[in-house]
Amino acid sequence: MAIEVRIPTILRSYTGGAKAVDGAGSTLGDLLVDLDAKHPGLRGRLITPEGGLHRFVNVYVNDEDVRFLAPSGLTALDAKLNDGDTVTILPAVAGGAFGLAALAALCLTHPAAPPTRPTLPPI
Amino acid sequence: MLTIARTIVDAIVAHARGDHPDEACGVVAGPVDGDTPVRHIPMENAERSPTFYRFDSMEQLRVWREMDNRDERPVVIYHSHTATEAYPSRTDINLAGEPDAHYLLVSTREPDATEIRSFRIVAGAVTEEPVHVVDATVDPNAVQSYLFGQTPLGVDYECRPAS
Repeated sequence: MAIEVRIPTILRSYTGGAKAVDGAGSTLGDLLVDLDAKHPGLRGRLITPEGGLHRFVNVYVNDEDVRFLAPSGLTALDAKLNDGDTVTILPAVAGGAFGLAALAALCLTHPAAPPTRPTLPPI
Repeated sequence: MLTIARTIVDAIVAHARGDHPDEACGVVAGPVDGDTPVRHIPMENAERSPTFYRFDSMEQLRVWREMDNRDERPVVIYHSHTATEAYPSRTDINLAGEPDAHYLLVSTREPDATEIRSFRIVAGAVTEEPVHVVDATVDPNAVQSYLFGQTPLGVDYECRPAS
């Protein structure tokens, strides 16, 4: 099952510069796993460590934002895909004067280091 | 350097002033093989906030597709800061997702003087660049400390020291 995936400029380093690649999967989550096998690291730019879609990534199936497509009670990654669909990935264009620390942790382009367990001095 | 027509700058400033005290945002598209901003597209700030902006996701899809179809790219991505200087915030830097764009910031904190500055933001690194406004009339308000040169055809704004 072939699904065309349109890749934004900032993620083309993972696709050898390609603007569009083909993938397979019956849900968005499956598609991203399939893409990551061919383009290692790509999924990690789209998915948070907790396994959800990054807040500042927009993913569309054909003309719909996946955040509005997911079946009720499920997440954006459960959005169903069909052969011939086009998936478009765009970095959200966002920002603003107020430097929310929480936003830094959620960012797409400059991921914060994963939290480290504090080390306690030996007793 | 960002070279941009006075008419576009005026339209961006008018947009920012019109939405003040909320942040305004938008795009100036230009041919994909050049670096010239040509088509001003004011965007909805889906957040309608004085401290945050985000393009509406459906409007963004429509505009990005339209640019693709017209062989354009987002040459300039602009937004306003309404109570602070025209310098990228930590949030702006972390979320900047178009490495080829000029990030234009407009500050509307002063009612009668608008600060405009342009930056490249790539992988978390910010580089300010001069702004060359083409076909400018010599506006006495434009002659500020960071004006370093002007000709009958343009006014150049030098980078200000990073703060």
